[in-house]
Amino acid sequence: MTRYAMVIDTKTCIGCGDCVVACKTENKVPDGLNRDWVVEATRGTYPDLTTEFRSERCNHCSNATCVTLCPTGASHHWNDTNIVLVDADKCTGCKACIAACPYDARLVMHPDGYIDKCTFCHHRVEKGLDPACVSSCPTRCMHFGSLDDPHSEVSRLLKSREYKVLVPETGNEPNVYYLI
Amino acid sequence: MSEELLVTARSNALIDPSLHIWTWEVAMYLFMGGLTAGIMIIAALMTVRDKDQVAPYAATRLALLAPIVLSLGMTTLFLDLEHKLFVYRFYTSFQITSPMSWGAWILIVVYPISILQILSTLRIGYPSLASFVDRVTIGQLVTDWCERYRREIAFAVIPFAVALGIYTGILLSAFGARPFWNSGVLGLLFLVSGMSTAAALVVLLARQKSEKEMFTGLDLVLIFAEIALVALSLISLASGSGQHIEALQSVMGGSYTLEFWVLFVGIGLLIPAVLEILEISGVSKSLAMLAPVLVLIGGYALRQVVLDAGQESTWTNYSTQYNSELLQRLPQSD
Repeated sequence: MTRYAMVIDTKTCIGCGDCVVACKTENKVPDGLNRDWVVEATRGTYPDLTTEFRSERCNHCSNATCVTLCPTGASHHWNDTNIVLVDADKCTGCKACIAACPYDARLVMHPDGYIDKCTFCHHRVEKGLDPACVSSCPTRCMHFGSLDDPHSEVSRLLKSREYKVLVPETGNEPNVYYLI
Repeated sequence: MSEELLVTARSNALIDPSLHIWTWEVAMYLFMGGLTAGIMIIAALMTVRDKDQVAPYAATRLALLAPIVLSLGMTTLFLDLEHKLFVYRFYTSFQITSPMSWGAWILIVVYPISILQILSTLRIGYPSLASFVDRVTIGQLVTDWCERYRREIAFAVIPFAVALGIYTGILLSAFGARPFWNSGVLGLLFLVSGMSTAAALVVLLARQKSEKEMFTGLDLVLIFAEIALVALSLISLASGSGQHIEALQSVMGGSYTLEFWVLFVGIGLLIPAVLEILEISGVSKSLAMLAPVLVLIGGYALRQVVLDAGQESTWTNYSTQYNSELLQRLPQSD
């Protein structure tokens, strides 16, 4: 399995939300629906506060519970990678995958009714491009690439910097990393 | 202080501000699926144990309700689907890791088995209906065959009906992402509740006194088993990890406390148990019909409250200040 990862530097993210707009534009996500979002996490007591911005989306988990629990095979790993996609022609809209996702990263596509989510812009990845959110980031805090290549930008960043993933206790093995 | 705030709009329908993807349609299916399983198991057990005389309704007439109740349940389940035209996709693959896929195929097997079970007692239980079936040669032949193998059919019914009754609970417990459901006891709890509601249905519909008494006794045993299983599932959550303990709060002071303790435990389990004890001991028979009705209400309440509390339990907790109504104030462009 080829492992694609997104590495996001929380030290340089300013929470502008350009990634969210880029995604909506690139993927024509309808009004009122979002495949990605930005979280502002504040910790501490005034005046000793710390703030962290995180651009969040589907974690394209290596052990994706949405894939294991999908009753029809509509949710699947794309081309033997960790990229999780939904085949709309196989989706009944039963919503099992939404319940199965600990990150609440899925949505019901309106008005059609099939389940939709972040695709890591696999249509761009195929052409060797970065996902739309990564390529539009004005502070260049987002990075994308393969973890199988030890010399890729994402591999080098994870070797040289401290990082975390979101709720690893779920056992889903998420692939969106946050530099801290 | 630790606060996680969504700073870009996220108001995905059915997911934000908290998950509410499954509502009464799914709860009703879980209830009716369990009831169907109970009906089929009880009818089969009556045949296996030769109870035609003591419990004529359960032994010869009850089975007819199974496909009717199941079809009603599957109808509400269908109503829940968001991509309805693609419902056939359940039957173009089998996903071994998905309990929902198992369930879809179990339903397909349960229907024909249920028909065989009905035919095996149709001439005794519903003579007028049987005369219709007998008018067609094939119907007559199949009914003859089913009558001859009535016992064998009853034995075959049990594993499939148990699978139907238990899978809905396993389905929910397989969602590691929803800590409230994530307990291995849930499958068994749903199975026992399904059998209890079916026993209550027999008490309501049977005419013979001996049968009513027998099923009141059986229902009481099942209610006690259910109370034990409920206690076990609460203990399993209380002794779990932080996420499980937090999930338990939804019925221990949180949003579903009243539904859980009053509607399910009180009205659905304890009050009918007391009424049934009074009835069996001969103290009071005036409320005899109330207990089974309460058991049926409790069976539905269990599914609804488990469904709701499970969807509330989560690994992520964001506050959001996004208000979709503000969008309406934007000037509309054509």
